[in-house]
Amino acid sequence: MNASAIEVCAVTKDFAALRAVDGVDLAVDAGELFGLIGHNGAGKSTLFRMMLGLIAPSAGEIRVLGQSVHGDGFRDVRRKVGYLPENVVFYDNLTGIETLRFFARMKGADETECSGLLERVGLAAAAGRPVGQYSKGMRQRLGFAQALLGKPALLFLDEPTTGLDPEAIHEFYQAVQNLRAEGVTIILSSHILSEIQERVSRLAILRSGRLQATGSVHELREKMDLPLSMVLLLAEGAPLADIQRDLVAAGAEALQSDDTELKFSCARKSKMSVLAAVAALRETVRDVHVREPSLEDVYLGYTA
Amino acid sequence: MSLLPNIEFAPIRTMAAKEFRDRVRSRWVLAVAIVFAIFAMAIAYFGAAQQGAIGFRGLAYTIASLVSLVIYLIPLIALMLGFDAIVGERERGSLDLLLSMPITRSELLLGKFLGLAAALALPTLGGFGLVGGMIAWQGGWNALFHYGGFIFSTLLLGLAFLSIAVLISVLAKDRTRASGTAIAAWFFLVLIYDLLLLGALVATGGETGGETGAALFPVLLLLNPADVYRLLNIFSLEEVKTIYGLATVFPDSLANPALLGGVMTAWIVVPLGVAAWRFNKA
Repeated sequence: MNASAIEVCAVTKDFAALRAVDGVDLAVDAGELFGLIGHNGAGKSTLFRMMLGLIAPSAGEIRVLGQSVHGDGFRDVRRKVGYLPENVVFYDNLTGIETLRFFARMKGADETECSGLLERVGLAAAAGRPVGQYSKGMRQRLGFAQALLGKPALLFLDEPTTGLDPEAIHEFYQAVQNLRAEGVTIILSSHILSEIQERVSRLAILRSGRLQATGSVHELREKMDLPLSMVLLLAEGAPLADIQRDLVAAGAEALQSDDTELKFSCARKSKMSVLAAVAALRETVRDVHVREPSLEDVYLGYTA
Repeated sequence: MSLLPNIEFAPIRTMAAKEFRDRVRSRWVLAVAIVFAIFAMAIAYFGAAQQGAIGFRGLAYTIASLVSLVIYLIPLIALMLGFDAIVGERERGSLDLLLSMPITRSELLLGKFLGLAAALALPTLGGFGLVGGMIAWQGGWNALFHYGGFIFSTLLLGLAFLSIAVLISVLAKDRTRASGTAIAAWFFLVLIYDLLLLGALVATGGETGGETGAALFPVLLLLNPADVYRLLNIFSLEEVKTIYGLATVFPDSLANPALLGGVMTAWIVVPLGVAAWRFNKA
């Protein structure tokens, strides 16, 4: 599991005067579900396209599955890689199954896989309909089925849940987890941070072409040392002033309260002492909610 | 990913087959075939109505009439067929997906061109071929041979403009610009070029251009695939040569079908080659 599926070494990409990617070093281990996040224009797509070998870096080197994505071995690498571009639109006049067979032939994959893949993404009933009649969500499913052709060892998913409803997003990530269980390495980009934070093993934050941070969500939270927030639901007649005094003594900050709730934040290093103070409040508190900083908070911390 | 080494034919064939199927499915091929068949039939049968007669009047006049129609129609159809070959995929977001397949950019471009070429060749052969039967019946095998030459040169003309269309498609930033450029190319090569040439010829009094002028005009005619097509067809038919003014400045030494065919082939190969070169640099 320790072999690198993707190695990006000191990669830079210039478009005329614009430096889209600036000295990025990145390694994705085999079997990982890796997230790439960044705002529009941060260089995500350029990095994706370089990793796929669609464009060459201006400087640096990229190896995918142990091989260069350019040069003689490029066909070999591409047969082992699946790619779902953002917002892909297929050919309106071809049916779902014809579209899939076309890409299977292009990829040199087994065409008998196609029906099974359509079933896997829930499009079996629409297989014979022209793609022009598909909804956006159906096209995205077809794109996902396409990415799975040839049983790839590595999947690139660019904003894969755009246009999907919540139920479909849930199903999609379930399928992604199943693939990961099969040993497939997956790298996905998303701007919906809350969506990927529960799901990725590690992630990288890109800003203006530079890599700001790499690690698990947990590691990034620790590194940023962002405060946690807590909410206490107070019992009727709870002595608010006493409670506030005890919590501030334990390290709580930025307290806000009304009759039924007390909101505050605390630094990570005071988390345990504050929780001990909360526990000591006993029946004056009905419930307590602890919220870890979200990926949004971490992301904003890095890109601010 | 150089231009020629390590070329693989399977992805080219797959790409071409998809492109062809896409056009057949959209009824494009059928529509063009019907248009060609109707025009060819009408011109062969009614083409001489101005002279007060209907019915088949002879091969030379039929071909000459067809040539003057085809020279407008085929370039337009070929340009419309090919202008969005690459830029359309790019706008649809499917170009990156195609390029992530085990295929080189040159193979992708060639596959697209061949698929579109087949989509253009089928209605050309089918539509004009129908009339071929009538011509063979009326005019015999010799007539059919000449008519075959007309169809073949029409194919070459179509492929030349398809090649130009694919080049436009590689260079254009978006579909709108590509279609505008394609229309402009049609206007220039089919309508304006000959007018400019004729104007220059008249302005210089034909002969007064001196030896360089006399040598230059035929070469300028060879620089336009539509003119090469016209020359290919009229020089095989003595009876209609005199119909065309520009042909009179064209020396017989250059009116060699092999040379004209070679120039036409260059008009197919060169734009496609430039397109592949630019596409590989992108």
